[in-house]
Amino acid sequence: MSSQAPHPPREETTGTSGQARRGFLAGAGAIAAAGLAFLAPVWSGLRVVFDPLRRTARDPALVPVTRLAAVPADGVPRKFRVVTDRVDAWNTQRNMPVGAVYLRRTEDSLQAFNVICPHAGCFVNLAADHSRFVCPCHKSSFDLEGAVDDPASPSPRDMDELEVEVREGDEIWVRFQNFLPGRSDKTPVA
Amino acid sequence: MKSLLAWLDDRTGYRAMLRKALVESIPGGAKWRYVWGSTLTFAIAVQFVTGVILWAAYSPNAQGAWESVYYIEHVMAGGWMLRGIHHYMAHATMILLVLHLMQVVVAGAYKAPREVNFWFGIVLLHIVLGLSLTGYLLPWDQKGYWATKVATSIASITPLVGPAMQKVLVGGADYGHLTLTRFFALHAGVLPGALIALIAGHVYLFRRHGVTTGGPGAQMADTGPGAVLAGDEGGDPAPAADAARTGQFWPDQALRDAVACLAVTAAVLYLVIRTGGAPLGGPADAAEPYAAARPEWYFMFLFQWLKYFPAGTEVIGAIVIPGMVVTLIALMPLAGRWRLGHRFNLGLTGGVLAGVALLTWLAYAQDRADPDFVFAQTNAEAEAERAVELAGAGGGIPASGALALLREDPLTQGPRLFAERCASCHTYDGHDGMGRPLPEPQTAADLKRFASREWIEGLLDPERIATPEYFGGTDFARGRMVRMVQSRVAGFTHEQQEDLAKVIKAVSAQAVLPYQAQADEADQAEIMEGTALISSASVGCTECHEFQDVVEQPLGPTLTGFGSEEWLTAFIRDASHPRFYGDRNDRMPAFGPEEILTDEEIRLLVDWLREDWHRGGEEGGS
Repeated sequence: MSSQAPHPPREETTGTSGQARRGFLAGAGAIAAAGLAFLAPVWSGLRVVFDPLRRTARDPALVPVTRLAAVPADGVPRKFRVVTDRVDAWNTQRNMPVGAVYLRRTEDSLQAFNVICPHAGCFVNLAADHSRFVCPCHKSSFDLEGAVDDPASPSPRDMDELEVEVREGDEIWVRFQNFLPGRSDKTPVA
Repeated sequence: MKSLLAWLDDRTGYRAMLRKALVESIPGGAKWRYVWGSTLTFAIAVQFVTGVILWAAYSPNAQGAWESVYYIEHVMAGGWMLRGIHHYMAHATMILLVLHLMQVVVAGAYKAPREVNFWFGIVLLHIVLGLSLTGYLLPWDQKGYWATKVATSIASITPLVGPAMQKVLVGGADYGHLTLTRFFALHAGVLPGALIALIAGHVYLFRRHGVTTGGPGAQMADTGPGAVLAGDEGGDPAPAADAARTGQFWPDQALRDAVACLAVTAAVLYLVIRTGGAPLGGPADAAEPYAAARPEWYFMFLFQWLKYFPAGTEVIGAIVIPGMVVTLIALMPLAGRWRLGHRFNLGLTGGVLAGVALLTWLAYAQDRADPDFVFAQTNAEAEAERAVELAGAGGGIPASGALALLREDPLTQGPRLFAERCASCHTYDGHDGMGRPLPEPQTAADLKRFASREWIEGLLDPERIATPEYFGGTDFARGRMVRMVQSRVAGFTHEQQEDLAKVIKAVSAQAVLPYQAQADEADQAEIMEGTALISSASVGCTECHEFQDVVEQPLGPTLTGFGSEEWLTAFIRDASHPRFYGDRNDRMPAFGPEEILTDEEIRLLVDWLREDWHRGGEEGGS
């Protein structure tokens, strides 16, 4: 702070046009040099920060979840973990539970729902009396077929139904994926 | 010494700096109501100190975050208190911020020339909210994980940039390592850095303008070094009466500030000690529901607010309206120029605070009245306790993490599996394993302490065998076992009853139940006798049940090893096996061959039913 340096004060007002031009050039040069000096670190820094945008999830494969026998054909949804290999940044994790699904079977249908609420991403519960799905966060509710069953429900869409396939007679395979919450269209998180 | 300090002053000018920092005249004298800003600075300073020390023990990765926080909380000396202080001081910071803001509004301190400083304050408020939000995730427990998912979901509905913003914040499509490294960088680097810069600016501007002495709406008197520095204030001198009472920051106001800071610490310490420190839930699990996910109390109003926005209007509730309220608050200095502006601002502040209070109250009232929430919370607490118990067993958490411990733990998984796969027919102590009633009436036996002496006694009780607790809901209600008990056992002589008591002990001893080990050991003689009696004519078990290769006509399940780990595993795998019910089996699925349950799931169920799990109180643990 102390400015007891012996040199005289700068002549800003008394300078000729030549001096002013030199001053301007020096200032512009300082800013340009400093800007260049910071360019590389800032550029590479931004690239790292936004790197996740460059990574798009592979199309999810079908994953075996359980057997038909584990899902009685009574129309009551049952919850199953989805266990598969997962890459988390620098780790590959084998047989990790990556999420869960509700499977619901009737005499002539088999449905799979992602347990995640399309409203704000909570884990939807099956009501204790098995009559419908209720989200414990903001009270979105859905009927057993996954459709929004209350006009005041905050969920903008039905529960996210997943592609499901029965292989080898009784193996239930599900294409497990998550979808962007809070919007009426079902857009996969990619 | 004196010359040394003089030398230091000559080289650094520290005395002038100290004077500048401490010598500030306060027109009207030091006052208790000026302490809020200082307590706030103090609280934030405490967060920096405790935060950096926590940082030195914390590991931001998906398989180590919970574990390192567990280590701080339960192993390191003083860790629980340090973390508790950091946790509750964050709460104190929020409260002090609101008090500070209220005081600024009431005193009209947002008016010219202090507009910019008011805006600094509003930005600071948001940084502190951001610190709280990012800090909530770092322990990587169920509560923080699921509550933060809601927060990042809301970020994703921001028009246009939402999905990209969420992805950059989360570090990818899913929560994982990078979510933690990013949140931690925000929590411990970016936001505190911004906080320091803004607080420095805030305090500088405050010093420049001096304290606001005027009452609501009054002209502000700016005297002291602040006013001199400002220069353009017109140098309006303070009223004589006030000038006479002009105090100094040091030591008049500093004393009041220090006492107030002490009071804040005392309140925080009281909370830390009363609650045993900051909570730590069970480790985060993407596949396990967490119905008790709630944000910190000061975000609960927003949480509640979102319930009122039906499909399609969420953006309005989560982003547009809160954004408008914040804008209105930021515009207070401009509104203040208007004749009724100050009243308007007072009304706005009061209205927002009342709304927040009402929503917060509603949120808690609704949760308290919701049996599902209360149930979820009780379960969450039990799971958190169990996670800590398991983490503490065996001298260290395996590298696979605490979640793997919970997944292999019969006490944690048994009730869940039972509720999902068994409770459509069976009960456990009258409930579904998790403590809820069955949605449909029970049709098969209650399995609490299956194969224990008490359980077998009940089975052989003529009054009880045909109730839903045992065979009442099954085909066996009309079977030979029920008839045998109700006719023959009911007519047992005294002697036969004594034999039966020994047989019960002997059959139950076959199970080798851990919780019955002492009784089995004590009654060895009776068990020997009972074992011999199982195949005697007096009791007659082996007429239908095989026992140690003796049987007349095998109709019921074998009694060799009845209820033991091997027996129960084989029974759950396939009750239709000739060893058990054969083709007389009633509805019990073949869980093993049909792969309804995996071998691991059957193991967890068997160990849970046999109460064969790690117990916290025991030495070492297995």
